[in-house]
Amino acid sequence: MTATTHAPAETDYEIVIGLEVHTQLLTHSKMFCPCAADYADDAPNSHVCMICMGMPGVLPVVNQQAVEYTLMTGLALHCSIPELSKFDRKNYFYPDLPKGYQISQFDLPFCQDGYLEVEVEGALKRIGVTRAHLEEDTGRLLHRTDAYGTGFSLVDLNRAGIPLLEIVSEPDMRTAEEARLYMQKLRSILVYLGVSSGRMEEGSLRCDANISVRPRGQKKLGTKTEIKNMNSFRAVQRALEFEAARQIEVLRAGGRIIQETRGWVEAKGITVSQRTKEEANDYRYFPEPDLPPVHITRAWIEEIRAKMPELPDARRERFISDYGLSPYDAAVLTDDRAWADFFETTVASVTTGDPTTRAKSVANWVTGDLARLLNAHGQEIVTSKLTPAGLAGLVNALDAGTISGKQAKELLERAFATGEQPADIIAREGIAQVSDVGALETVARDIIAANPKAVEDYHKGKGAAVQFLIGQVMRQTKGSAKPDIIQPILVRLLDALKG
Amino acid sequence: MATAAKTNEPWRWTIAEAGEKLRAKAISSVELTQAHLDRIAAVDADVHAYLLVTGETALAQAREADARLAKGDDLTPLTGIPLGIKDVIITQGVTTTAGSRFLEHFVPPYSGTVAQRLRTAGAVTLGKLNMDEFAMGSSTENSAYGPTHNPWDLTRVPGGSSGGSAAAVAAGEAMGTLGSDTGGSIRQPAALTNTVGLKTTYGRVSRFGLIAFASSLDQIGPFTRDARDAALLLQQIAGHDPRDATSANVPVPDYTAQLTGDIRGLRMGIPKEYFVEGTEPGVTAAVQAAIETLKGLGAVPVEISLPNTRFGLPAYYIIAPAEASANLSRYDGVKYGFSVRNEATDLIDSLMRTRGAGFGPEVRRRIMLGTYALSSGYYDAYYKRAEQVRTLIRRDFDAAFTQCDFIISPTSPTVAFPIGDRVDDPYAMYLADLFTIPANLGGICGLSMPGGFSAGLPVGVQILGNHFAEGTILRVADAFERVTDYHTQWPTLATAKPKAKKAASKEK
Repeated sequence: MTATTHAPAETDYEIVIGLEVHTQLLTHSKMFCPCAADYADDAPNSHVCMICMGMPGVLPVVNQQAVEYTLMTGLALHCSIPELSKFDRKNYFYPDLPKGYQISQFDLPFCQDGYLEVEVEGALKRIGVTRAHLEEDTGRLLHRTDAYGTGFSLVDLNRAGIPLLEIVSEPDMRTAEEARLYMQKLRSILVYLGVSSGRMEEGSLRCDANISVRPRGQKKLGTKTEIKNMNSFRAVQRALEFEAARQIEVLRAGGRIIQETRGWVEAKGITVSQRTKEEANDYRYFPEPDLPPVHITRAWIEEIRAKMPELPDARRERFISDYGLSPYDAAVLTDDRAWADFFETTVASVTTGDPTTRAKSVANWVTGDLARLLNAHGQEIVTSKLTPAGLAGLVNALDAGTISGKQAKELLERAFATGEQPADIIAREGIAQVSDVGALETVARDIIAANPKAVEDYHKGKGAAVQFLIGQVMRQTKGSAKPDIIQPILVRLLDALKG
Repeated sequence: MATAAKTNEPWRWTIAEAGEKLRAKAISSVELTQAHLDRIAAVDADVHAYLLVTGETALAQAREADARLAKGDDLTPLTGIPLGIKDVIITQGVTTTAGSRFLEHFVPPYSGTVAQRLRTAGAVTLGKLNMDEFAMGSSTENSAYGPTHNPWDLTRVPGGSSGGSAAAVAAGEAMGTLGSDTGGSIRQPAALTNTVGLKTTYGRVSRFGLIAFASSLDQIGPFTRDARDAALLLQQIAGHDPRDATSANVPVPDYTAQLTGDIRGLRMGIPKEYFVEGTEPGVTAAVQAAIETLKGLGAVPVEISLPNTRFGLPAYYIIAPAEASANLSRYDGVKYGFSVRNEATDLIDSLMRTRGAGFGPEVRRRIMLGTYALSSGYYDAYYKRAEQVRTLIRRDFDAAFTQCDFIISPTSPTVAFPIGDRVDDPYAMYLADLFTIPANLGGICGLSMPGGFSAGLPVGVQILGNHFAEGTILRVADAFERVTDYHTQWPTLATAKPKAKKAASKEK
């Protein structure tokens, strides 16, 4: 027997993470009734009908679009799709669940056994997708306090019955960063498919995590906790980093992890216990008798496959091979479908230069100035006032030498702010760059004549004097002359004076 | 038939007869409707078939029907015909209670498909009919609003759960009514009240607007005084409904066209499992006599076996309560209906108090049975096995219908039993549905027709048909009625003189 024991180091533990992601689907109507699904910001209980309110005697009818979106997601995640799927009732009482049960899927989900790949430290890592199933969202409770300080709750059923796709991963992630990357990749795919808005902050995309730790080398999984309330990618990573560290600390101190649900408290940067397993529900799943099983034919699957857009991985590869973009630029541009679309539409409208230069130039503008402006103003690229056509006009003018780089930047900001086409501003304000060498020479001679001190400095070998004179020429031409055109003219004239 | 004598008492007419007279302008719908309102006023204090009589609305609908009849176009066999609706069927703007305290003041904001179809057909709705709470029962004693009395003997039950629908037709308080049948809730009360009750094939009639008891078993169907009237009513309510995913997209045949009176060569399946000890001798005798009559009409008897029949009752009492336990979860006191939340300390307390006080004992019993059967660890032993039994019973019927065209049996093992007799013995009460339950599990159609009397009380004969073979079983019943007069017999109460027009309407 060993008399002494050492607490294992933090690095002696392996972290095991699996994610349960819920996304609302972008269908026109709710999952089982004709109510419009786009309820955002509308008055409480304005998107409800007798079906989603759970009135006596009503029946659900499956939203076919939601099923197709689910199957499409399954295909994108390399899942197997069964020939027969069905809905089940998940029973529990809560005021946001009008029927007292949620129509969900239990043992025959639409999608099973898939995966997606994320890039971890330069290498691709495959993360298994256990299943993806379709269900209905619940309503929302608004907690209020009356004039006497007594708390009460109001029920808003606008959200009740929105199609909700739950995607469950295998416990394949080993770091909080991997969990974030998985989440980002999944969002990217969902948005590409057009099935999800991907907005975590608004709750249309939600993430719960199961996390446990175990001594390295141990096969058996440690006791897990479920982490909820992570409303951004950053929160996912931070919450899981915190929770992993917390669990390791407990184990190192000789403690035991309690299986429980914990909530991420963003402001404090910690997870706190919400509910222990002993209070867990028995959901009493059984097949939904109001809905016949769904038969999924090969032909249907092929029809859906044919409707699928190009996915981010394929697009990134194409951006590298077709446009000659760097893997980094290609990744940045394809992560979000709207950005990739903006880029490709712009490139297609640029007429100057060779294809690779064109693409590189557009990529720089999009990932550089435009990204900065969008970020600074908290805007989305899809609602940007600068359009692909506008940016293409700008790039065309720049490449043609009509405007300078400095002018281009200014024009981009103006177009971004006002929505005017840069080409229109150029035409209207006469901001054409002076590239006529003869005209420039005249200006340069005037400047030289007016600045004898600078000329003298130059002749004494002070190179900076040229910069001063270039600036004077530019001022005179209101910035419409490019410095790299002015400089040789000035140098030639100055050297001629000296000689 | 003594048509002349009937003229003074239009409530004695069949729908077919009344329809002819309406179209011939021999009577108006308003007159016909008023005659029924008078009849209700005269006898319903004794029978208590109705939970709500909507007299003013009925007369308004009758006036509309008369206008339609005057124009003479867009008429259906139901235009101007006064009917009653079981209170489990949603009617827009008309209180719908499902026989429960929980929905005492529930006024639905929408109409169910069947109620809409009756309105489209121009039928007049007299009111809402009594029933066992949430259709759970076989005697209508589980109504939160008091039992319905059997017009054939007011001390006895009319059967259930559609007891009000059956009694109303038997007592002349409606020309036809709608009921719902989950395990026999149309056929058994029809048998006990000498009426025709048709449980339709699962999927034949939309369930949208039928307050759910057990979704995979519930079906709406008509009560009438003969098979022809049942065909007329069925014709208007049958058919696919996009709002009910379980409704079948199967064409609706012309049902009355199938009432040829000719059943020669039809193979009559006689299942040995349905002729067992425990059935009252008077019932057995009546059914045997019916078999002989049908043989005489040319039906060919075939002895068949439905070997899994005995598992039907236990399987039903797993599946139906399991589904009910979920279907009734929406009654939580939050959105509508009964609620004691203001006295509650928290959410769970509110739920417990509301559901504890809002539901009657039989409903609570079934919710608990169903919740237990679905519980983790018991699911496989109960619900799953019950579903396996359902499959076996379906196979029994599939096999049987390769050998025969219809199946004949008693509807109920007994005639109407005295009110209060079985209330403390749920199992004895459940046995009332022994012969009717398998048809629900099999999803097939079946009817009960008047088949004679035992000690003055009606005996029902059950005719079961294959999926969507309503036309066949109605033809058998119609042929039987052509050579028998059981269906034309009226209960003694029905001869009572209409009292003075006291409170023609209970309308709120």
